[in-house]
Amino acid sequence: MKALESNKDVALTKEKAQWMYQKMVEIRNFEDRVHELFAKGILPGFVHLYAGEEAVAVGVCAHLNDKDSITSTHRGHGHCIAKGCDLDGMMAEIYGKVTGLCKGKGGSMHIADFDKGMLGANGIVGGGFPLACGSALTAKYKKTDNVSVCFFGDGAQNHGTFHEGINLAAIWKLPVVFVAENNGYAEATPFSYASSCKSIVDRAIAYNIPGIKVDGKDILAVYQAAEEAVLRARRGEGPTLIECVTYRNYGHFEGDAQTYKGDQEKAEHKQEKDAILLFRKHLLNEQLLAENEVVAIEKSVEAAVDQAVKFSEESPYPNASELLTDVYVSY
Amino acid sequence: MTRKLSMSGAINEAMKLAMRKDENVILMGEDVAGGAQVDHLQDEDAWGGVLGVTKGLVQEFGRERILDTPITEAGYMGAAMAAASTGLRPIAELMFNDFIGSCLDEVLNQGAKFRYMFGGKAQVPVTIRTMHGAGFRAAAQHSQSLYALFTAIPGVKVVVPSTPYEAKGLLLAAIEDNDPVIFFEDKTLYNMTGDVPEGYYTIPIGKADIKREGSDVTVVAIGKQVHTALEAAEQLSQKGIEIEVVDPRSLSPLDEEAILSSVEKTNRLIVIDEANPRCSIATDIAALVADKGFDHLDAPIKRITAPHTPVPFSPALEDIYLPKAERVVKVVSELLGTPLEV
Ligand SMILES: Cc1ncc(C[n+]2csc(CCOP(=O)(O)OP(=O)(O)O)c2C)c(N)n1
Ligand SMILES: [Mg+2]
Repeated sequence: MKALESNKDVALTKEKAQWMYQKMVEIRNFEDRVHELFAKGILPGFVHLYAGEEAVAVGVCAHLNDKDSITSTHRGHGHCIAKGCDLDGMMAEIYGKVTGLCKGKGGSMHIADFDKGMLGANGIVGGGFPLACGSALTAKYKKTDNVSVCFFGDGAQNHGTFHEGINLAAIWKLPVVFVAENNGYAEATPFSYASSCKSIVDRAIAYNIPGIKVDGKDILAVYQAAEEAVLRARRGEGPTLIECVTYRNYGHFEGDAQTYKGDQEKAEHKQEKDAILLFRKHLLNEQLLAENEVVAIEKSVEAAVDQAVKFSEESPYPNASELLTDVYVSY
Repeated sequence: MTRKLSMSGAINEAMKLAMRKDENVILMGEDVAGGAQVDHLQDEDAWGGVLGVTKGLVQEFGRERILDTPITEAGYMGAAMAAASTGLRPIAELMFNDFIGSCLDEVLNQGAKFRYMFGGKAQVPVTIRTMHGAGFRAAAQHSQSLYALFTAIPGVKVVVPSTPYEAKGLLLAAIEDNDPVIFFEDKTLYNMTGDVPEGYYTIPIGKADIKREGSDVTVVAIGKQVHTALEAAEQLSQKGIEIEVVDPRSLSPLDEEAILSSVEKTNRLIVIDEANPRCSIATDIAALVADKGFDHLDAPIKRITAPHTPVPFSPALEDIYLPKAERVVKVVSELLGTPLEV
């Protein structure tokens, strides 16, 4: 694993750097707000927050366009934001309002936006592997040079679909990038207990595909690894497995007391290991952005999240008639 | 001695009693303890199940008997089937019944088939505990009620308790049973309290319970819908209409006798089932009565179910997705030809 310092050779344009910082801050702000709203009892349902893992979604999606697709997980808000989903539509979806990206019918665990190549957050762990193969098959068959990215957790790699999906992508040379978000836990179960492999990336060897493990808190390391994997996929050379070592700052879902975590790890991930603070420092040190530019991004994001909440609060719930739409027949 | 206990408390107690009685009873599932190999936890649980139903079990029985599994439903469910046929009596927890998609073969083609297919040589004393039910704002992949899917499979038994008392007695019977039993727990009933006797007791699988006697209409209701029926019964009673509420408690085997004899008395049948209507338990019970109780019927059989749609997330939609007492009152009034407002 490389440290952030060793990645000074990753050349970012100012525009790209700005976009990346903005998306990371959007994710953090959005999730912090969802956390507050849930605690106040305003939001219904189960919510799984992505705060802490921003560098992964953003570092990978920095290489994608709207025609590239991603599959996501139950912890999908960060993937949605990095892939360009509208904050108003996302927040309204989490509120269950008709202005949500899925008209309020999906909720937090099922946000999707096909126009942005976001094929859906997923309530079924392991659901994404074969789906990413499917969208990659479409790209391969139609000879677009689009790629599919499958984001998944350390827990999901123990599900059968991981093995079936990666093997399928490998033998058909599908343009998929499998991105593991190894945050150390699946619910309350440590990765080290549940996985026979010390690293997820070890499993790439078994499927004869390239694998790379990076510090998932270091957005430049993620960015660099993803660049190579995405280009490889676009060239028709098949799938790659990237393992990003990361951490979720909140519990598995809102309401989790997190007794399985140590105090030190909780603290350090909010301070010296925080991906956003690290990237901010890097941007300033390398003079990619000036302090006032960084602050301007932070302010505008805060306003955008305020606006998303206001939009959601003011939006109506779906009409009763929506219950029977979007399904081929209703008895 | 009886005392008030919640549904989840009753289920928890049943597992403890079964494990004390028989050392071959083990529990496996995702985070049934939680915190496996976390230094500061040891034999403490981190979660004791995603909604805390198995809390405290690992403290008493240790991690040899309370097995946290990876997210590998096919792996541990298949293992449970063969562990059962070779001498253990596993309780395998499938966190949400929706996840059966990840391990259907282990039930459908493995465990359910062994005894018959092997000419009676194998027994499969496994209990699958699983959560079901809408109303939790848990959306399309965490809210279904899939008991009809299992009822359609010969070789497995299917239990859906509606009260803490029954949950405890039926779960103990399920664990004692030598066939695979799927035990459905409605997540929205976990906090419901009721009188539960202390100590070990079983309720036979395959016997319905009459939750309220009445002579005007038979209302068969599944799981949580028993309470919808009872609520409607209260309202109707004020208008002088008495419905009989039949809780089958187990869907396979089904107590046909109890349903038919109630219809013989009331001459009318409504089935309330929050699952989707096609190929459902509501449809199955309607067919049973049309077939074997036709002569007793004075009116068409009515089914009150969810619509044929996935469970929507938005509270505004989920609230109208589920059957409601008002709807039951309306259908009863229609069947009896009595005006709604008296
Ligand atoms: C098939 C299936 N099994 C179990 C679950 C319950 N569940 C939801 S998230 C989760 C843990 C996932 O862990 P991981 O893949 O590491 O992702 P993380 O939550 O850490 O992002 C579990 C067990 C599920 N949703 N689907
Ligand atoms: Mg994880």
